[in-house]
Formats: sequence, C-alpha cells, structure tokens
Amino acid sequence: MNYLPVLIALIKAVLMVAVVVVIAAYAVLAERKIAGWIQGRYGPNRTAFPVIGYIPILGKMLTRLGVFQPVADGLKFIFKEDPIPGHVNLVYYFLAPCVAFIPAMTTMAVLPFGEMDGQPLVLANLDIGMLFLLAVSSLGVYGIILAGWSANSKYPFLGGIRGSAQMISYELAMGLSILPAFLWANAPGSETGMSLFNVVQSQDQLWMVIWQPLSALIFLVALFAETNRLPFDMPEAETELVAGYNTEYGSMKFGLFFVAEYTHIVIGSGVLTVLFLGGWNFFPGLPSPWPGGWVGGVLSTLWFLLKVFTVVFFFMWIRWTLPRFRYDQVMRLGWTVLLPLALANLVLNAIFIALFDNWFV
Amino acid sequence: MEDILFYIFSAGILVSAFLVVASRNPVNGAMFLIVAFVGIAALFVLLESFFLAVIQVLVYAGAVVVLFLFVIMLLDVEGSEKIRPRVLSVVAGSLAFALMVLGVLALFASGLGGPEPDLPIQTAAALSRNFGYELFTKYMLAFQLIGFLLLAAMVGVIYISKGGQSTAPQSVKKGEEVAQ
Repeated sequence: MNYLPVLIALIKAVLMVAVVVVIAAYAVLAERKIAGWIQGRYGPNRTAFPVIGYIPILGKMLTRLGVFQPVADGLKFIFKEDPIPGHVNLVYYFLAPCVAFIPAMTTMAVLPFGEMDGQPLVLANLDIGMLFLLAVSSLGVYGIILAGWSANSKYPFLGGIRGSAQMISYELAMGLSILPAFLWANAPGSETGMSLFNVVQSQDQLWMVIWQPLSALIFLVALFAETNRLPFDMPEAETELVAGYNTEYGSMKFGLFFVAEYTHIVIGSGVLTVLFLGGWNFFPGLPSPWPGGWVGGVLSTLWFLLKVFTVVFFFMWIRWTLPRFRYDQVMRLGWTVLLPLALANLVLNAIFIALFDNWFV
Repeated sequence: MEDILFYIFSAGILVSAFLVVASRNPVNGAMFLIVAFVGIAALFVLLESFFLAVIQVLVYAGAVVVLFLFVIMLLDVEGSEKIRPRVLSVVAGSLAFALMVLGVLALFASGLGGPEPDLPIQTAAALSRNFGYELFTKYMLAFQLIGFLLLAAMVGVIYISKGGQSTAPQSVKKGEEVAQ
C-alpha cells in the first residue's frame, strides 16, 4: 500500500486546520477591536511580544493594534487553573467541549477556497459537499446540549435547552434557503449535484445574491441563529443566563467552546461567500483576472479570504449594533416567518426554472 | 481493509445499540443511539452510497436524537430517575432476539441468504443526481405513499397534542410536579 497520498492529504488537512484556527483566533481580536471602535474605546492595545514588540516603530504599532493579544489569550487558556465543579456529570462534562470542537473542525474539509487552472483548491471536492456541511454542523448542537445538561445547574441548563430548540428550528430554514441556489447552479444535463465548487463556477458572470436576494437574506439570518450570534445568542445571553451553557467551564475547556464558536463563524462566512457572493470570482460581469498556475491559485484564495473577512466584519458589526431578541420572538421568527418564506421561495424558483426551461431551451 | 472496517463499525453499532436498550439513564441511551446512527452512516460510506450516509447523519443523528434529548431533559430534569426493566419485557426481548438469530441461521443453512454478487445499486446511489432521478421516476409511487403516510402521522400528532384523545395533560402534570 502506498502511503504517500495519505501523508500528503494529512499534511494538507493539518495546514487547513491550522490556518482556520489562526483566522478564528484573530477573529476574536477583530471582535474586541471592532467592539472598541463602535463603543469609542481602544480595545486590546497593551500585550507586547518580547523581541518583536521592542522594534522601534513597527513593534509599537503592532502592539497598539493588539496583534499579540491572541497569543496571550491562548497561553492564558492553557495555563489557568481548570476548575471542575463538584455537582457536574463528569463524563458529559468532559465530552461536551470535544463534541462542540470536532464538528467545527470537520466542516472545513469540503469548503473550496480557491481555484488553480480550473481545479478547486479544497480538501475534498464532494458531489454532496453542501449536505455534508449541513450534516456535520448539525452535530455541533450536541456540544451545547451536553454542556448545559451535564453542568447540573439552572442557567447552563436553560442555555442548553434554548440552544437545541433554536438550532433545530433554524436548520430547516437554512436548508431550504440554499436549495434555490443549487437549482440555478445546475444547468440541465449537468452531473454536479450539490458540489460547492460548481456553485462558484456558475457565478462567474453574476453573483447569486443579485438575483437571489431573498435566499441570501434567509440564509444570512439562519446563519446568525446557527452560530449563536447576537441578535440570536439565546444559549449564552450573558445578561440573562450569566454565560449560558458554558457557565461552569473554565480554562481550556471554555477555550474549546470559544474556538469552536469563532470557527463556525469563519466557516459560515466562507459558505455564504461560496453560495451567494461568487466565491473567488472577481466582480459581477468582469472575468476573473487570475493567471494560471500557483500565482492564480494564491490570488484567487486571497480574493476569497477578503470576501470572507468582509462577511466576518459584518457579523461583528451586527453584534455590537443590534439588541438581543427575546426567546419567544426568536422562535416565532424562525417558524412563522423564515420557514414559510423559504418554502415559498423554493417553490417559486422551481416553477420559474421550469417555465424558463420550457420557453427558452 | 474494507472488510476490517466493516467488522469494526458493525461491532460498534451492535454494542452501542445494545447499550441503548440496556442503559438505565435515558440520556446515556440517547447518546449511544447517536453512536449507532453514525456507525450506520459509516457502513453506507463503505457501500459507496455517500448520499444516504450524509442524510442518515443529517436527519437521524442531527435532528431526531436532538429532539429525543430535548424531551428527555425537559421531562426528567433531575436525570437521576433510573429506569428499571420489568422481567416480562426482558423475557420478551430475549425471546424475540433468539427467534431472530434462529431465523438468520436458518437462512444461511438453507443457502438462500449467502453473500450476493455486487448489485448495480452503486450507480443509482452514488451520485445525488441519479438518486433523485430514480426517486422521482421509477420509485415515484412508493415515494408518494411514504409521503402520504408521514403526512397522516403528522396530522395525528397535531390532533393528539391539541387535545383530542389527549396525552397532553399527563405531560403537563409531570411538568408541574417538577416545578413543585
């Protein structure tokens, strides 16, 4: 048996995980900085790294920007005392952070992030990439439920129950809102199914958000709910539930929840970019200027990352601008507004495509 | 390689499925159910029908068991109320299991249930497009019948929970006891 392909795949996977985790760590920094700017504060600007921090002008600038803060945060997670309350269910208390962390790290396997000579840059270009993403990310809810339940105290329990109900409710609207995008991306006779790469390729002239604004809006709202971000951060709701489902967690176990949450945001932004914002395609109506070879691969990846960071910024902007919904309002929005809207959107698009195919093709 | 994986996953499924029935704590049972479902998805992957594998995880592990856990946790907040199996149900379960083992052994002994040659099912199930095409043409009647059955079940659930032949007051009572 030849082990070389396995080894190469393993190295690629480790690289991808490392890059996404670093992006997630800096998303935390971005969150604190953006919160600072919006509230008229500085945000983190003190943490200095021994050698680099003392370079005359550059070091000071980087320190002011808080570039070294994620390193300090990471070290803090590792070296702080790890308290284990006496009243928890130990097995599930230890299991919950892992169950939250693993799906967050798995979803990135099918997310294409660039293109080189017409081939996707992705760990696994699956025919059913989108379904795989939905399936794995739907397992992430167990982390929240188990954390809330195993803590064996009131506020985490409420957070866990809220989280599970909310995530089940918005999964439906999310799943239905992406179907029109795939209906349009699959030309008659094509064999591509639900591959994410194909969706990007079909948007080389026009981004999906321009003629599917309703699908994009429903997907965006559902994404906010699925990643537990404000205005839908019911499982955490720090003004009502202390810290929600992760109240009883400290040190690295809390860190795993934290990294998982921000990884979900980064990957979710990536999926939104792939489905509706044209992926690594340049601008609507303009052909992509990426040259062939690895230069084109790097450039398209950078362009894709730029779009993802814009969406991540939008996530943070919303968080520090809008107030939190009440729990019953979240449920009502999901079941009585988003779900019927997504269903109607899907049926209308299907009818429209059928008519279009009969008249013009 | 695939054979070894098959035996590993099958053993995992059997053990966790047994623990679903045997565990005293309902939360443990639900968690083992997830393990069993994910194991079944892995078997589908070994058969190269990835679509079914993903749907298995998405629907059963990702949604159905979440609802199970939700209900278990809402009704049984303490989590300490252990279920004691009755002698009758243990005897009935063992009998059913023995009958099933006997049936499988009889099948193998008669030579009817040996390993079959590879079915062309792979082409139908491997690509999601082919899967959909077969579902909406060849198997349309079965598909619609199942849909109708599920609709009937759904209407029934709504009727019961709205208070027809109501089981709802019981669960409300249980909730009140917990609140007290």
